[in-house]
Amino acid sequence: MKHRTFFWFILPTLSAMILFIALPIVSVFIQSLFVEHEQVLVVSESCGPFGCSPTTTVDVAATEKLRQEQPLGQFNGLGTYINRSHLAFAEVGEAWRTTETFRAFWKQVSNLPFYRALIFTLTYTAVVTPVVIALGLAIAVGVNNLPRMLKGPSIFISLLPFLVTPLVGSLILFWMVDSDGVIGATIQRVFNDPSLSLKASTTLTWTMLIVYGIWHTLPFSFITFYAGLQTVPEDTMEAAMIDGASKWQRMIHVIVPHLSPLMAFVTLMLLMDNFRVFEPIVSFKAEAHATSLSWIIYNDLRESGNPLYGSAGATSMMTIIGVVILLTPVLIRTWRDFSRKAH
Amino acid sequence: MATKAQSSIAVPAVNPKSRSRVSLLTVVSLALVALWLIIAAFPFFWTFWGSFKVQSDFFSKTDWQNAIYGVNTIQQTGSAFTLDGYRGAWVEEEFWRNVINSGIVVFFTVVISLTFGTLGGYALARSGRRYAFWLLMAALVFRAMPHITLVSGYLLPFFEWNIWGILPTTIIVLVAINQPFTLWMLHSFFLNIPKDMDESAMVDGCTRFQAFRHVIIPVMWPGVITTGLFSFLLAYNDFAVTAMLLSSENETIIPAINSFLGTTQVEGKVMYAVAAVVSATAPLFVLILFFQRQIVSGLTAGAVKG
Repeated sequence: MKHRTFFWFILPTLSAMILFIALPIVSVFIQSLFVEHEQVLVVSESCGPFGCSPTTTVDVAATEKLRQEQPLGQFNGLGTYINRSHLAFAEVGEAWRTTETFRAFWKQVSNLPFYRALIFTLTYTAVVTPVVIALGLAIAVGVNNLPRMLKGPSIFISLLPFLVTPLVGSLILFWMVDSDGVIGATIQRVFNDPSLSLKASTTLTWTMLIVYGIWHTLPFSFITFYAGLQTVPEDTMEAAMIDGASKWQRMIHVIVPHLSPLMAFVTLMLLMDNFRVFEPIVSFKAEAHATSLSWIIYNDLRESGNPLYGSAGATSMMTIIGVVILLTPVLIRTWRDFSRKAH
Repeated sequence: MATKAQSSIAVPAVNPKSRSRVSLLTVVSLALVALWLIIAAFPFFWTFWGSFKVQSDFFSKTDWQNAIYGVNTIQQTGSAFTLDGYRGAWVEEEFWRNVINSGIVVFFTVVISLTFGTLGGYALARSGRRYAFWLLMAALVFRAMPHITLVSGYLLPFFEWNIWGILPTTIIVLVAINQPFTLWMLHSFFLNIPKDMDESAMVDGCTRFQAFRHVIIPVMWPGVITTGLFSFLLAYNDFAVTAMLLSSENETIIPAINSFLGTTQVEGKVMYAVAAVVSATAPLFVLILFFQRQIVSGLTAGAVKG
């Protein structure tokens, strides 16, 4: 295809992506270098019968004017990146010096907002992804063994949790595990402890969020693997059977290797989607026990009246760097494939 | 050689044992499937059923069976099913306004995304050059970025230019966020349409655009419909963008449900949110009912290419 024709075909989509994805990243970066203006203070001498004393007042008009003139705020360099709510170098160093054991150090670090969010995001991603892949494969094999009549309906049912709006899906589960909801109340009765609430403990909140994550993404891996199972070559399966391979052996030695390119694809998709976990934390109102990177950005922006653009920008930049690190292996592999094909 | 001989000898001896193991494995896997189907479907069924009850039944501390039989619902309204939640959500809280907003946003997002995406995806599929590859890679990175990181870049400029809070801004932002995914999907669909088709048209004297118009467009609809379904889902399900970029009178369904939760926590009003949630899930249910085959093929379309 000629360069010129290519250009005209690609122009609409390219300009949309440059204007609303690439430029916003630049804008996020610039924002992250600035902090909000401090209030303009006026010191005036007020003299009374007992002498003069200086009083400090906030000059509202001047503050407003400054905000109007420089909406970005004042330049702060990389200051926002290393302050207490982000990388917190000073606090981490302090914790390293003052704590004796690694456990105590870890405890202090994991209370810092950015690290708290990072730890949850990574744990969530690292737990949900492998569990979803393993269970997805098991269910795909199970459905494949079902009579033909039942296959369609079981795929239909499975699609529901995947396609439902994340915010809505997590609300539905949240209402069920609520202390008055059907699961929450049953658990209280089983353990005979009316104060037991899934919302009150950090461990239970994390478990609940991870269970939601599995429930929501399992259909994706299941359906992809199910589609892959339809392409397993009959000959190889028969050969394995003749050689006396049991069902389990055929699974491990024939089916799993056949599906391994699919597994790479599913892993990539799951990593990308799990890394941005956000809506369930809003729905479950879990922020007291678990926050994610996306959630702290949302929280900074929602700060009523005075959104913390600088802080949100810094977290966003670090999240984007995280995504790129996550994708690097895939990008390198695809690049190798492409160059091999080109030459 | 030795292993082969061994295994062929072992077959008759092992067979009965392995058959019993096979049936065990089958039983376990079928049980797993059954368990999964229950876990997948039960929450929806429960919430749908419960949305016709009063709050003291749906969130019943005394007996979970109340939510099934609606004991308090009969006491309070005289019948086991009540539409109070729906009336509250749709009439009192004016949920229909959000439905209209969602309709507008979703319709335009899907149409514009598909127009941009078909042109771009076609170009990428037919150009084997290095820059086309880099564009696809950039799209992959963009696809992976959490939407909220982009939103933090939009807010300040949008406030400055005074375009915050209105539907067109949100539509164009959703279109842009949608592009990376649309491009990848349509790109792999166009790769499956043989090159010879449009190239022979060009040999006959068509320009590239005429070839696209008269040869490709008539055969591309299955791919476009599948991609459209996913664009629909992205626009419909979005929370991060619509919650941050729309003013309260322009809110779409999903952020509206979230703000319901804030305002309706008081006794008796949680059911409004439950009713709204069921109303928001209904279109998705219908969508799966009619387009199950396309959705499944779309899910795996990206995987074909690896």
